[in-house]
Amino acid sequence: MSRLTIEASTPLCLLQDAGRFGVRHLGVTQGGAADWCSMSWANWLLGNNLDATVIEITLGGFAVVAEEECWLALAGADLGARIDGQPLAPWRSFKLGKGQTLQLTQPLLGARSYLAAPGGFDAPKVLGSSATVVREELGGLDGTGLPLAKGATLSYRGESLLLREVPSALRPDLKANAPLDLVLGAQIGQFSGQSLFDVFNTAWTLDSRADRMGIRLLGSVLHYQGQPMISEGIPLGAVQVPPDGQPIVLLNDRQTIGGYPRLGALTPLALARLAQCLPGDRVRFTPVMQERAWHDHINYLKSYL
Amino acid sequence: MNPMIEVVALDCLMLRLFDDIAEANMPWMLAASERLRAVFGEQLIDLVPSYTTLMVHYDLTVLSPNQARQLIAEALIDLSPNARRSGQCHVLPVWYDVSVGPELRLLAERSGLALEEVIRRHSGREYQVFALGFAPGFAFMGLVEEILAAPRLNTPRKKVAAGSVGIAERQTAAYPVVSPGGWNLIGRTPAKLFDRNRDGYSLMQPGDTVRFEAVSHAEFINLGGDDTPLEAQA
Repeated sequence: MSRLTIEASTPLCLLQDAGRFGVRHLGVTQGGAADWCSMSWANWLLGNNLDATVIEITLGGFAVVAEEECWLALAGADLGARIDGQPLAPWRSFKLGKGQTLQLTQPLLGARSYLAAPGGFDAPKVLGSSATVVREELGGLDGTGLPLAKGATLSYRGESLLLREVPSALRPDLKANAPLDLVLGAQIGQFSGQSLFDVFNTAWTLDSRADRMGIRLLGSVLHYQGQPMISEGIPLGAVQVPPDGQPIVLLNDRQTIGGYPRLGALTPLALARLAQCLPGDRVRFTPVMQERAWHDHINYLKSYL
Repeated sequence: MNPMIEVVALDCLMLRLFDDIAEANMPWMLAASERLRAVFGEQLIDLVPSYTTLMVHYDLTVLSPNQARQLIAEALIDLSPNARRSGQCHVLPVWYDVSVGPELRLLAERSGLALEEVIRRHSGREYQVFALGFAPGFAFMGLVEEILAAPRLNTPRKKVAAGSVGIAERQTAAYPVVSPGGWNLIGRTPAKLFDRNRDGYSLMQPGDTVRFEAVSHAEFINLGGDDTPLEAQA
């Protein structure tokens, strides 16, 4: 077993995996890494299962000291990672010598970075997952939904001697400003014509009101003209429009059912990109057919093979 | 019933069975739920039932959207309502008191009924569990008598105590854990509504029936209830 001690942390540093499944009908949310692509790459670098337990570090403020020599991997946002003060680029596995400190300071590019360990970090499975959901008091180091705290010990039991990088052609481009793919939902036709034009032809600015439940977008006011809705299941990436006309994209910790009308849902790939955006960033949407988006997704999964 | 299959996400389809909330929906919803679980088998990731819909989240690495749509259509062939009462019947003890249910008085004023009569009517009915959502183990139940119906609070409370029993429109529910909430609170139950160590985790499941039973303060405490007034917890 290899151990690390947490020297610095924030409420946004959380143990995550792919999330909880098979329990949504009980009102239990999904949880899990908001940028599943980067989580998968961090695990890929060490030869782990792609959904092994990782640490999601949002915006930085995290530091660990290795109690033994550790092999780790970092993927996702560039949060100014350093080993004993020396810069460490993301998208690679690396060795952290006994007594060395790995520090993630501040967002230089993107918002969320994923730290993986061989075989995944040790954490109890609660309802099938170690994903930390603070609101539901589920997951994390002791299973009760607490964020990682200073002084806590992380451990892992796997072994890996892989030192490699994610090939640059396969790395998600965090600077890309291509529009986000939106699978159109059943209420799309009940927004006004002007609203439909605005959805796909204007830019949307990320509000500071953003967390793992959802990200509010600011822009043109959208008008829903249909009947009030009865609450129904909410998929990952749903773009709902409350009465104020400003869309909210629902992320991993969303409520399981809700009654606001929806434009549709972002594809998982688009959602992973949105999860790397910061308040003030601007995004655009483009409509995509479900079948086409499915083909794109299946093709993308092949890049991990 | 006029079933419709709608696209909701890359790997989710919505089966819409009804247009309105009704107790009569439940036997159909339960039957559809059973069928969907059977036809999808291992390829079902999650099934999210609500009042009138069932959201099917399937394994997109195995099924294309078209294949998933066909499976849902298959599940609907010769569907008949699940007539046998498969659900459990729960009795939830409730201490109805203004210190833990501040809107008890408001509901009495709105309805023109005495406090005791509001309690008698709320506890005098058997409710169905329509859906679980909002929080783990939070069961949306109904329908409460029209005279007790009340809109959600204009400003939701930041903190509602665990076990709080409330009314919103013609629905009633109990909060499993401390959470924000905008329902009209009328009492508190000592029942543990969600327990990760319990088989099935949630005390109540869609299709179950629930009756609230008024208990005294002493009984509430004996059953492990926490009588801290709501204001003191805020």
